[in-house]
Amino acid sequence: MNQRETAVGQKKGGLTHIVIYVLLALLAISIIVPVAWVFMASVKQNKEFYGNPFTLPEGLYFQNFVDAWTKARMGDYFMTSVMITAMALIILLVVALPASYVLSRYTFIGRKIINGGFMAGLFINVNYIVVPIFLMFVSGDRLLNKWFGVSFFLNNPFVVAVVLASTTLPFTIYLLSSYLATLPKDYEEAAYVDGAGYFTTMIRIILPMAKPSIITVILFEFLAYWNEYIISMTMLTDPTGARTLPVGLLNLMKAQNAKAEYGQMYAGLVLVMVPTLILYICVQKKLTEGMTVGGLKG
Amino acid sequence: MQKNKARSRFIVACVAPATILAFIFLVIPTFNVFRMSLLRWGGYSPKQEFVGLSNFATLLKDENFFRACRNSILLIVVVTAITICLSLFFAAILTREKLKGQNFFRIIFYIPNILSIVVISAIFSAIYDANNGLLNSILNLLHITKEPVYWMGDQKLVIYSLAFAMVWQAIGYYMVMYMASMSAISESLYESANLEGASRTTQFFSITLPLIWTNIRTTLTFFIISNINMSFLFVKAMTNGGPDGATEVFLSYMYKQAYTNSTYGYGMAIGVVVFTFSFALAAIVNKVTKREPLEL
Repeated sequence: MNQRETAVGQKKGGLTHIVIYVLLALLAISIIVPVAWVFMASVKQNKEFYGNPFTLPEGLYFQNFVDAWTKARMGDYFMTSVMITAMALIILLVVALPASYVLSRYTFIGRKIINGGFMAGLFINVNYIVVPIFLMFVSGDRLLNKWFGVSFFLNNPFVVAVVLASTTLPFTIYLLSSYLATLPKDYEEAAYVDGAGYFTTMIRIILPMAKPSIITVILFEFLAYWNEYIISMTMLTDPTGARTLPVGLLNLMKAQNAKAEYGQMYAGLVLVMVPTLILYICVQKKLTEGMTVGGLKG
Repeated sequence: MQKNKARSRFIVACVAPATILAFIFLVIPTFNVFRMSLLRWGGYSPKQEFVGLSNFATLLKDENFFRACRNSILLIVVVTAITICLSLFFAAILTREKLKGQNFFRIIFYIPNILSIVVISAIFSAIYDANNGLLNSILNLLHITKEPVYWMGDQKLVIYSLAFAMVWQAIGYYMVMYMASMSAISESLYESANLEGASRTTQFFSITLPLIWTNIRTTLTFFIISNINMSFLFVKAMTNGGPDGATEVFLSYMYKQAYTNSTYGYGMAIGVVVFTFSFALAAIVNKVTKREPLEL
């Protein structure tokens, strides 16, 4: 930048810069204050919730977390959420990685149709099809009950994980394929010349190179699975059975009006937020960069 | 020959699991949405009766459905317009102006996007609470209002309260996206515009906006489709359609018909209509916003 430009910039800059900072600060405050307020509310005693909401907590009442963890069963829900998220991520990667690899780098009959099918799948939102999936499980369970006297599909965290992984397959395959397609072909050819089989080539050569895109997928889908509640609310119907954290919280929010257990509810909210916030702080650069690689996700 | 066989086996082993899962959990349910829309069915009972298009005929006379339509369309228009304008504005500021703490603002603005909608709903319930809510106590402190404002209880107001929460959630995501495409614009364009004395506003409208137009178009199309889904998530967690149907939207009405009312066929007919509507709208927007791409 030459000197004349800097001078012009400064002359114009003064007032506009102040206005701009005020606007930025306003938006930032509107985000920081409510989030921080939840953390503050989680250590307040119940009686402190009446009156001015901006008063600082009288003390650090950590009993809320103990109550939420045991009485409100947030501990169980937390474990269910961890389990479902982990299982869904594993299923997703095990299924999507080989598929994306073959679909992006091999030519075979039917490839175009399958690729087109997955592209079309990008437009199917899970909110539309959650009802048919639920009904499919209802009739599946009815048959199992008739034949073997057991039920399997509903109220089963593993099944929820399978549904979560399956419904996110199109986006994941899209993301991984577009990355894998950019890798040069020479690597595989060299591996074949050395006598490596197809599986060995995929696992030893290609997967390590695909690491950046795999990390992006894990970040995105971790957040999606952890925060998800429509599928888990529909598929986990037993009130005494397994539940994910967001669904448990949703119920607590509804009960909260009746019983006024504010402290427990805000402690529960902190339990949901903390894992995602920690992840975000660690990888925020990667996440906001990865988003531009992955493009859009509705 | 041997090699060919191994290759085919490998291809099938890799592609089959994903294809089968997608078929069971995406293709069949989607097909079922359309099939069930032609049935009268309570869901649990095996009795299914084919009724043709009668579900769609009922839909045309359903006052509540039209109310849900109005609410959905209002949310699409208001939330989309405000979010895109604000995120473009903030993206332009953060990329073009030499500011301190640029990175800090980017990090903070993105936070709502990583929170669960359940968390956001709880936060906004605390903000909008009529008696001890954050918003009313600020208004009270500044002596703007004496009586509490019923942000979630007033039938006229509640949809805008919802819209605000949705904007709050979406801004950071779109801002980061626009920032990425804005930072790809060559610096020399702005330098020559500076030399010619073009103001920042002019620069924004005649350089930045035309050059990222393709990006804006894509986000606009996706925003419309995702807004229909997001409004469902927000309504389900925050208001459940209330008070008295004032925040009922497309998919929440579908869900309600299917579960609470156990009229699955009717619910799926709503699904079909909404699905078609969202694609038609996205296609129209895509067509209307088409411009000659700017070559440089």
